[in-house]
Amino acid sequence: MEYILKMFAGNSTMKKPTLPSWLLSWEAFLLMATLLVFIINSFASPYFLDAWALSDATFNFTEKAIIALPLALVIIVREIDISVASIIALSSVAMGFSAEAGASIEIICLVGMLVGTLCGLFNGLLVTMLQIPSIVVTIGTMSLFRGISYILLGDQSLKNYPEPFAYFGQGYVFSVFSFEFVFFLILAVVFYILLHKTNFGRQTYAIGNNPIAAFYTGINVTRHKLILFTLVGFFCGIAAIMLTSRLGSTRPTIALGWELSIITMVVLGGVSILGGSGGIVGVVIAIFLMGLVTVGLGLLNVPGIVMSIIIGVMLISVVAIPGLFKRFKDARANRIKN
Amino acid sequence: MKALLKNREYQLAILILIMILLIGLIFPDFVSIGNLFSVYNDTSILIILALGQMLVIITRSIDLSVAANVALTGMVVATINSTYPELPVVLVIFIGAGIGMLLGMINGLLVWKLKIPSIVVTLGTMSIYRGCVFLLSDGAWINAHQMTENFLKIPRTVFLGLPLLGWCSIIVIAVIYYFARHHTMGRKIYASGNSPTAAYYIGIDVGKQQFISFTISGLLAGIASYLWISRYAVAYTDIANGFELQVIAACVIGGVSIAGGTGTVLGCVLGALFLGVINNALPVIGISPFWQMAISGSVIIIAVVANSRSERKLGRIILRQAVQDAALKAR
Repeated sequence: MEYILKMFAGNSTMKKPTLPSWLLSWEAFLLMATLLVFIINSFASPYFLDAWALSDATFNFTEKAIIALPLALVIIVREIDISVASIIALSSVAMGFSAEAGASIEIICLVGMLVGTLCGLFNGLLVTMLQIPSIVVTIGTMSLFRGISYILLGDQSLKNYPEPFAYFGQGYVFSVFSFEFVFFLILAVVFYILLHKTNFGRQTYAIGNNPIAAFYTGINVTRHKLILFTLVGFFCGIAAIMLTSRLGSTRPTIALGWELSIITMVVLGGVSILGGSGGIVGVVIAIFLMGLVTVGLGLLNVPGIVMSIIIGVMLISVVAIPGLFKRFKDARANRIKN
Repeated sequence: MKALLKNREYQLAILILIMILLIGLIFPDFVSIGNLFSVYNDTSILIILALGQMLVIITRSIDLSVAANVALTGMVVATINSTYPELPVVLVIFIGAGIGMLLGMINGLLVWKLKIPSIVVTLGTMSIYRGCVFLLSDGAWINAHQMTENFLKIPRTVFLGLPLLGWCSIIVIAVIYYFARHHTMGRKIYASGNSPTAAYYIGIDVGKQQFISFTISGLLAGIASYLWISRYAVAYTDIANGFELQVIAACVIGGVSIAGGTGTVLGCVLGALFLGVINNALPVIGISPFWQMAISGSVIIIAVVANSRSERKLGRIILRQAVQDAALKAR
């Protein structure tokens, strides 16, 4: 078992990517695109290149990014979770009620994290124990979790949060660096280490590449997937704390439609929807790219729903490009052969 | 008899009857013929969309963009009707069906030619189509007074006790039943979902079958869009928002397996009726409509759990069975 995992690990470390080959990688392409958007943005608006404006801009995507990191791992093991936005809604509603009952900040946060974790665990149990495809499970729980929020809250809103609770979504750690942004940066490093430097990460790739082979090498696939789904739920809880704290109120429609942009972040980052490939670096760059595009469009006064068109096009074209490239290469190979 | 009881369709039909009877015991008005007809009429659009979705799911794909397709096509249809009121309604319906089909074809082409997983394609087109509604309408609503009288009247015209809307769904059921059961194209769709490898070896292009089922799903969404707009007499960006979940729920409840290859027209219709009865019963029993979403969510989960159990008994997924056996032995 150890030996096989080392073989897996050996494969990636033996061939250290040389600079020219790295330049052809998806990450390099993303980085270039990000820089390009950054430059375009700074020409498009004189207000863009300002430390505070940039800091404000990060609020647009950090909450989503915090979920995109664990979701990347779930997608690498060939599963998906489209109930993430609904988990945020349910955690937020739970926090709202605990705040209404006069709970302290610690309790409110604990409630949010607990509800998120339980939701993730529920998804995970259905997927692993009953062996139902995660896409149907999470389509079901997507409407179940948000449905419960609607039952509990109806058309009301909860906004009796204690004053200091606002720190998580509006506070700054030092100068222009917000709590959310710093948290995201630390989390990105943690996930980088988890996926690329630990046994757990190697097992994640092994499962994604071939679940049956992974099973026979002695990896506990069921437990692994369960942990990942629970992890996503937990970070949905964290994101719910930040979002609720930033908005200062809870409605059942909170974070509606976020699953699209979160999944787009992951897929744009080079994580194959078929599992087994991709990495945290790509996802992090993709998060910044999407954040900058959103900000840029915002500077140009593009309405939110048009942005969702662009995100949709981005999602499809990112997945289509490798396929198109392969078709093109195959066609050329055929021409040479003939 | 025992075999009959094990059959998903009979179980569902009995469940629906029991539900109707229970509600009828407390609220006798609910079981009147007139009300049952109106419940059916109310479920018609769901039935039409669920049948299209069924074909897509049978080919191991999923279409999350149906509701957005209904919204976009519906907005086009409503705009045409309000700007050119002199155009005959039949022509408008044909245009709607064509546009719906075109949108379905876009999904199908991306899945077929570029081999993108359908979940990614339709998640993307879902937001693209929905955004296009906004671009087209500029966020404005088209209200009843902007639509012509004929446009609104047709689905409401009562024929033999049932409005034309209900008849429309009956025709769609009949056509899809024939198509899925007796037409070569329909059989190919089942074959390619049941075992893509085997289908490939007997000369079926699996991707093409996916394209065809997406096209049909789009066509039905186009027809449903006209029915939706004229029934609710309003068109705006958010119509049918989240309706795709109900459509998928109807399929899953009806025994359409998300693993592909299985599912019947009857099951699908019963699945839609199951949801329709619940949706119509909620206000009668006095439960707030806010419960609807959670109920359809839990029904999806219960149904897939039931599906997975019955599938496991049949031992359909041999490989997975082997893995489980190995796991047991290892213990």
